[in-house]
Amino acid sequence: MPNRIDFRQEITNLLHAVDGPSLRNCMQCGTCSAVCPAAPFMDYSPRALIELIASDLKPEVLASNAYWTCASCYLCTARCPRGINVAELMYGLKRYSIWKNRYQRGLLGPGFSKRFVKMILRTGRSFEPSLAPAYVLRYGVRGFLREALMALWLLRLGRMPMRPHRIKRIANFRRMVSRIVPIPGAA
Amino acid sequence: MKTYSYFPGCSLQSMAESYQISALATARALGLELEELDDWNCCGATAYFHIDELLAHTLCARNLAMAEKAGHDVVAPCSGCFKNLFFTNEQLKKDPDLAEHLNFALKEDNLTFQGTIAVRHLIEVFVKDVGVEEIKKRVTHPLKGLRIAPYYGCQLLRPRKNDEDLEQVTFFEDLLSSMGATPTAFPLKMRCCGGSLIVTNRPAALTMLRDLLQCATAGLAHVIATVCPLCQINLEFYQKQVNREFGTRFALPVLYFTQLLGLALGIPPGQLGIGKEVVPATSVLSCIREEAVLTHS
Repeated sequence: MPNRIDFRQEITNLLHAVDGPSLRNCMQCGTCSAVCPAAPFMDYSPRALIELIASDLKPEVLASNAYWTCASCYLCTARCPRGINVAELMYGLKRYSIWKNRYQRGLLGPGFSKRFVKMILRTGRSFEPSLAPAYVLRYGVRGFLREALMALWLLRLGRMPMRPHRIKRIANFRRMVSRIVPIPGAA
Repeated sequence: MKTYSYFPGCSLQSMAESYQISALATARALGLELEELDDWNCCGATAYFHIDELLAHTLCARNLAMAEKAGHDVVAPCSGCFKNLFFTNEQLKKDPDLAEHLNFALKEDNLTFQGTIAVRHLIEVFVKDVGVEEIKKRVTHPLKGLRIAPYYGCQLLRPRKNDEDLEQVTFFEDLLSSMGATPTAFPLKMRCCGGSLIVTNRPAALTMLRDLLQCATAGLAHVIATVCPLCQINLEFYQKQVNREFGTRFALPVLYFTQLLGLALGIPPGQLGIGKEVVPATSVLSCIREEAVLTHS
């Protein structure tokens, strides 16, 4: 099949712009997995994830929670003896799974990122309260009450904003963005 | 007086307002002018890079182009903003095609990126541009007896920005020593606080926070000093939840390094945003006062 690009190549292409050596340089030493503070919460460790990609196991990669569990702390990148930017690979896989609209059910990461981006495109700035409701429900009624009480407390301490801030040149801002990606409602 | 374009970032104007108040107060006391970038927009946080890399760079590029117009280097107090702005700046400087592409978009806001400025973190400006020795000279109220855990977090240092050492880092300790405080041994000082996992994967983030709080406690710290709003918010707001989850009894105050520096420079706590803590910092203040009474009697 001369025209078929395999998954491994697809991921390599995806990371083409990333500085540093390609995934092919990975020698499976597991340093990334050993230093990763979030690895215990991943179904596949960073090392295992690279092995899945090298083995062209696309469905397993797309079903994995590993990259959505990455907190982007870059310890793997800093410590990789082969100089691979592992954290950037995690970003790449997040983008790939959003693009393909395929990710493990129940993960909060994809929805959070999408909401966040929508919010920024509306006002130009982040506004925490508009992000909260969708997530606090996840933690049950007691969890919801706890989060609500915390929000009230923060409000009283003057640490919670009441209104979202909209940047002044928001119209220009939205037109600027629409020159990069199409957004609804921008001229 | 050296002037910088100040990029607060969204957190510093809401949940981390005390960082902003203390950053501006200490910068002024050290003779630095932080001029807020007019009409700045969100740096994109981590979420933007999950969706579209080009768009994430565009958001950062607008801020950079505005700072270029003002003619000053950008200073960001938030490690996340710092990392994003820094790498977009680097990327655009070495990739003219990308810069051209983004400049086409920036035209909509009458801006152009030219690559004429640098991006700095606030602590780097204090340590390098002002200098630890100079700060030491200006300290009027040394924080004697106060044991502070220096928490670097991740994105301030990683990925590597220039060619600095990422393993044997001590500038935060040096800064704390210059304030007259005792920096404690804190082996996890460069480990992650969990960042946005506090929203998207609460169990993972709480575990990471537990490890950090344990480590700081083992070093007998009175307080953790942070350089990033996300680290501060995670370590402080969610300390109670860590206690509930793991049956621990942490009550460790978490302050911004600028708040502690401000105290050492003799700025009243109220002008440093101290008093808005979820985990009260009264133990820190009384520790300083006790020491002052002891030395004067």
